[in-house]
Amino acid sequence: MIGPILFSVFAVAAIAGALGMLFSKNPVSSALWLILTLFCVAGLYLTLNATFIAVVQVLVYAGAIMVLFLFVIMLLNLAELPRLQTGDGKRFLGYVGACGIFAALMITTSSALGVLPEPVSVGVAAETGSALNLATLLFTQYALPFEVIGILLLVATIGAVMLAKRRFV
Amino acid sequence: MEITINWYLSLSAILFVIGVLGVLFRRNVIVILMSVELMLNAVNLTLVTFSQSMGDAAGQILVFFVMSVAAAEAAVGLAIVIAIFRNKLTVDVTQINLFRY
Repeated sequence: MIGPILFSVFAVAAIAGALGMLFSKNPVSSALWLILTLFCVAGLYLTLNATFIAVVQVLVYAGAIMVLFLFVIMLLNLAELPRLQTGDGKRFLGYVGACGIFAALMITTSSALGVLPEPVSVGVAAETGSALNLATLLFTQYALPFEVIGILLLVATIGAVMLAKRRFV
Repeated sequence: MEITINWYLSLSAILFVIGVLGVLFRRNVIVILMSVELMLNAVNLTLVTFSQSMGDAAGQILVFFVMSVAAAEAAVGLAIVIAIFRNKLTVDVTQINLFRY
């Protein structure tokens, strides 16, 4: 009985955070709303019994990435910008496109209604999402992609330092 | 009432569309980057949902890699924002039109 309640609370809070990010004027409050959404997504991972990914979500997203965003916002001396872009024709086109994407996603979701196989039991799911199982896969079957991701992060760090340091005339 | 995986997929669709709206309608480059992060999160939620409901951990390995790529993207994107801000003193995408003409 606790499952549906937890899901509803996290889902409503996640959508509220996303809308707050979309509509708040100040970039700092946008970032704080997004942190609420990221925490709620971590909670949703917990309701799915994906414990390892939930912890990584809090550490990497809510911890590292959002601190980086907040740091850059504070670093730049930002003027207040108008909240949303103007331009009527383009704006209407944007709404139509977003509604189209939403409709396509919902049609796909509803067409999956009877087709998908039955979910596995809670015990199996908890074992699937455990750190032990994921680490075993990560260091055996997916060892090469894991190393390549390390190289990617190194290159991104070097590139970020170079871009932020150099003065483009 | 049972929460099936369709609920998670619908929530993911809603979050993704909010991210799309943010990319289309906001003017601040930093908020646009945050919207991209939101879209990546929506996709991650879908991957974890399918992975957990089928008992196959490969989807969560992919989520791990998506998170790493998102971190790299945020670092490089924000460095580019800082470099642009040094030259033009703005983060308004309607003002950053160097390649337009």
